Amino acid sequence: MSVDIDTVKRVARLARIAVDEDDANRMTGELNAILGFVEQLNEVDVTGIEPMTSVIPMTMKMRQDEVTDGSKAEDIVANAPETGEHFFLVPKVVE
Amino acid sequence: MTELTKFTIAEIRAKLAAKEFTALELTEGYLAAIQTANERLNAYITVTADKAREMAKASDIRLAQGGARPLEGVPLGIKDLFATEGVHTQACSHILDGFKPRYESTVTANLWADGAVMLGKLNMDEFAMGSSNETSYYGPVVNPWRAEGGNKDLVPGGSSGGSAAAVAAWLCAGATATDTGGSIRQPAAFTATVGIKPTYGRCSRWGTVAFASSLDQAGPIARDVRDAAILLKSMASVDPKDTTSVDIPVPDYEKAIGQSVKGLKIGIPKEYRVDGMPSEIEALWQKGIDWMRDAGAEIVDISLPHTKYALPAYYIVAPAEASSNLARYDGVRYGLRVPGRDITEMYENTRAAGFGREVKRRIMIGTYVLSAGYYDAYYLRAQKVRTLIKRDFEQAFDAGVDAILTPATPSAAFGIADQDMSADPVKMYLNDIFTVTVNMAGLPGIAVPAGLDANGLPLGLQLIGRAFDEETLFRTAHVIEQAAGKFEPKRWW
Repeated sequence: MSVDIDTVKRVARLARIAVDEDDANRMTGELNAILGFVEQLNEVDVTGIEPMTSVIPMTMKMRQDEVTDGSKAEDIVANAPETGEHFFLVPKVVE
Repeated sequence: MTELTKFTIAEIRAKLAAKEFTALELTEGYLAAIQTANERLNAYITVTADKAREMAKASDIRLAQGGARPLEGVPLGIKDLFATEGVHTQACSHILDGFKPRYESTVTANLWADGAVMLGKLNMDEFAMGSSNETSYYGPVVNPWRAEGGNKDLVPGGSSGGSAAAVAAWLCAGATATDTGGSIRQPAAFTATVGIKPTYGRCSRWGTVAFASSLDQAGPIARDVRDAAILLKSMASVDPKDTTSVDIPVPDYEKAIGQSVKGLKIGIPKEYRVDGMPSEIEALWQKGIDWMRDAGAEIVDISLPHTKYALPAYYIVAPAEASSNLARYDGVRYGLRVPGRDITEMYENTRAAGFGREVKRRIMIGTYVLSAGYYDAYYLRAQKVRTLIKRDFEQAFDAGVDAILTPATPSAAFGIADQDMSADPVKMYLNDIFTVTVNMAGLPGIAVPAGLDANGLPLGLQLIGRAFDEETLFRTAHVIEQAAGKFEPKRWW
């Protein structure tokens, strides 16, 4: 399978990365090189093989459902580019 | 003073106890060495001199009072992927511009609790995506090794290029690193240092910037096998904050060193004899086989038939996981924000300006293979192939093999801005051909220096072990180290 420039632009949109015409052109070539490389996986017979979900067999750890952390609003917003009263500020999303 | 920086961690431990020098003197020695060398090598992106002195002074008090901890006063460098409280943590990406976490990663917290001293944060490929340290926002790291008679700058490998270069150039006694497809072992091989990627689940991933969560593992890069064992003992832990951290007590890895390998079965996988492999690598591998046999190990030929599919499967699984993990960099909660007309444009502009080319490429691949209609053809198939890769290893170990010996890399270190590699991303990816299988199967792997090529550049061998059997790796790697000797770069910087 290979991708064309329109697919690259669509994927960039899904990934929320702005691309111009030059970027999209370059990426089309690069992505096709990588997709060409992974193509060889089609040679492998995977009939009846379970997909891997965990490299080390283990059961999910459980813990008591109780509060172990919190009251850190100051810490949580400390690295944000724009904040106000412990809220993250973003451009207007609802008119 | 600079001579202080030549001691191994084991030597530092003995000499601090014998009061031959103080922890502060040692730390000052390293800070002076960094000051002289870093402009040329670019291994550190931040030096935490005040913090280092403070920690060293605290160690001296402990040493005087007789309460020394396992790494008391040992100066370490920390890969920029580990969250360090109040200190630059950006995974060497522009998108995390100015990020200073309010918390400490479990791995580094373990090291400080054991008395280690932080010298600073080390350069790396952006978000650990790369095999040459050239994708860093802070520019490439220069390998302290140069070809005999040459003065060309070589890469130290990646993604833990700063860690490997700093250890090799005596700019820290040891370093933390991480390995998703070979990022500890390949740079270790390129710099004649020892690097171990432990079993998935051995070191907590909490507070380590995520790349591909099912593959990422932290481990040390050190001057020798014993130092790697000492560091891993402190880095590893059982951590309730990481659900994939495994509930097995951490053994005293150092005890494995010096134990005989007599009667151990060492597997030699024929699939690692790849087309176009330089004859020097082939010869080095044979030397390794001879050393193991001479030490009393039994050599057996094995087959790992799905080896060649590990790298292509990795380039589906790792980008897919990366595209999900890196979705959090949105210009809202931390790091860089580039304005736009609306919120979507703000996201797109931020991510376009904040991520470098290689990172964008992988996010794009990941987004594509996970997108509607392609999931089964790519991601699901790759995860099935991964099951087969793991099964290959299981069958070898079930047949009685104790460890597997392979080359660590398909070549020695190459030049910075190599034309072939920059023209074709897949060429760069092939650096990890011998290491990536181990991540796909979650197993432990160690790279140990084994010789120099015709140009005088280091080459390494890799040993792969059963899950949670790092001890056999330290034991066997030590045999290679004893036989091969140690290698040091000539100081030109």
